Amino acid sequence: MSERHRREWIYKLCTYGAIVGLFAFFLQVQNQADEYQIRILNVSAVFVTLAVSYNLINGVAGQFSLGPNAFMAVGAYTTALLTLSPAEKELSFIIEPIIWPLSVLHLPFLPSLLIGGAFAALLGFIMAFPVFRVRGDYLAIVTLGFGEVIRVVANNVQSITNGPLGLKGLSEYTNLWWSWGVAVFTVFCVTRLVKSSFGRAMQAIREDEVAAAAMGINVFRHKMLAFVVHAFFAGMAGGLMAHLITTISPTLFSFFLTFNLLVIIVIGGLGSMTGSIIAAIIITHAGEWLRAVEEPMAIGPFNIPGIPGMRMVVFSIMLILVMIFARQGLMGRREFSWKWFCGFLKIGKRRG
Amino acid sequence: MSFFKVEHLTMKFGGLMAVSDLSLTAKEGDLIGLIGPNGAGKTTVFNMITGRLLPTEGKIYFRGKDITGTQSHIINAGGIARTFQNIRLFNDLTVLENVMIGYHGRLRSSFWEAIFRLPRYKSEEKKMRSMAGELLAEVQLDNVADEKAGTLAYGQQRKLEIARALATNPRLLLLDEPVAGMNPRETGDMMDFINSIREAYGLAIILIEHDMRFVMGLCEHLIVLDHGVTIATGLPVEIQNNPQVIEAYLGEPEGA
Ligand SMILES: Nc1ncnc2c1ncn2[C@@H]1O[C@H](COP(=O)(O)OP(=O)(O)OP(=O)(O)O)[C@@H](O)[C@H]1O
Ligand SMILES: [Mg+2]
Repeated sequence: MSERHRREWIYKLCTYGAIVGLFAFFLQVQNQADEYQIRILNVSAVFVTLAVSYNLINGVAGQFSLGPNAFMAVGAYTTALLTLSPAEKELSFIIEPIIWPLSVLHLPFLPSLLIGGAFAALLGFIMAFPVFRVRGDYLAIVTLGFGEVIRVVANNVQSITNGPLGLKGLSEYTNLWWSWGVAVFTVFCVTRLVKSSFGRAMQAIREDEVAAAAMGINVFRHKMLAFVVHAFFAGMAGGLMAHLITTISPTLFSFFLTFNLLVIIVIGGLGSMTGSIIAAIIITHAGEWLRAVEEPMAIGPFNIPGIPGMRMVVFSIMLILVMIFARQGLMGRREFSWKWFCGFLKIGKRRG
Repeated sequence: MSFFKVEHLTMKFGGLMAVSDLSLTAKEGDLIGLIGPNGAGKTTVFNMITGRLLPTEGKIYFRGKDITGTQSHIINAGGIARTFQNIRLFNDLTVLENVMIGYHGRLRSSFWEAIFRLPRYKSEEKKMRSMAGELLAEVQLDNVADEKAGTLAYGQQRKLEIARALATNPRLLLLDEPVAGMNPRETGDMMDFINSIREAYGLAIILIEHDMRFVMGLCEHLIVLDHGVTIATGLPVEIQNNPQVIEAYLGEPEGA
């Protein structure tokens, strides 16, 4: 075996080792940590899934979509409607009865999640036709519009979504295995896709659409591919989210969610999956720590009443600062690699 | 059946007649020069041939097929590749990746084969990489294969753009001012380069140029546009002495 081959094998082993390590860590956490910590870790995983897939369309393919909340909503509702038992559904739908066949369908969590992702992907497929007729600012506006449309639909199609009341009493299926399992699977699929010929084509479209088309790249198809893959994983994330917080309603899937994701991928670095993962974890944790700023505070003689929404202000300011002073975000377009990591350790050793 | 034929091609932008009633034919292996002063409509002709603009009127035939109004990537797959006047590389991709993009259109594997690195994808990727490497060696850019395309020197960027176009396996290559902004020595090198790829690949080439002297030495057949109108066609010697052409070029700072 050549030196290069051997190295690649070692790096591969490192990756598997790291994943095993991660899940071993969760085993520990599951047994020892309190519910609150586990919850934050679960939310982190959902946001890793969301951020990585969102970065595929925005950072890699360069199509500035503002619609992930739509895909999350579709994924969340689909999954929830499948995992709820017929009896539970009959009880919740008090305004209008739920339509057949949703009223009788009942599936385990995994197939429900996958179908949730598939429905989101289907929506992505259909949306792609109007969305990719336009570019840049217009694309952002069209996707934003779709996000709102989905919310309005969720509010009004009561025989499917139970309207503003939403769906309550979902089983808390989402645990560390599910949430991080999906996150790892997403990272695996998306990074492999990005590092393939298809990812190169998406990047070429981002760099110069006209040149990409002139070099034989079917621009629409590759935008569509990025969009549908993004939608699929965002849908799965929606399903996980639903079975973590156990209650969903249309208000949950407002633009606010998309804004959070945008903050994450911009701070991580548009186009860097590593950046998205790190930023998703940091921002989720920061969101929890920053709860403090929304509580009433006493600074010396002053009593500051709690200001709800203060966290959002902090994130917005962070976003503004990043856009002005560090547009590349944490990682720019760089990615973590074991080669880089080993080099980093060596330098560390030499210095130390 | 002609190899490449353009009939009565016309492009209007609002009231502006950018190209009017252009007709031309090319045989396999031809080297045709398309010249004319600024704003004559030369680039617009390329944009119509490559599907970037839909002609107001007229037809474009390539290898017996009417390709008028076809999408760019399909035209490229059919065997027409181009370069751009204002270099359009994928700046953030490496030189090697830029060339590999040229092969992507012919990839047979689907995206999920790529995600799971199934054997067919793996072998295709390997082949693309080695073909791109060979092509880069041929055009003497292999020493910068892993650099970002945006960081290359100007002349190298022009060359890379041609290499990227060659990767798509064209039968007809459209070069939009390949020596713009080059000094006489670089221009000479580029002429040799164009001649060599033409021979090596048996390509037909249509070449846009501003600088008359450059095309005189290179092309066998010339078409002169002025304000969208074809004012002369023929051998370089005929063009050189055509009074209309001389007039069109008067007051034009040549070789600017
Ligand atoms: N997309 C467009 N929309 C409107 N007008 C256009 C467009 N493209 C080109 N034009 C106009 O058409 C005319 C011909 O332009 P074109 O770029 O084809 O000229 P050219 O011969 O390539 O000139 P140059 O030597 O400067 O490159 C110009 O007046 C230009 O402004
Ligand atoms: Mg031009």
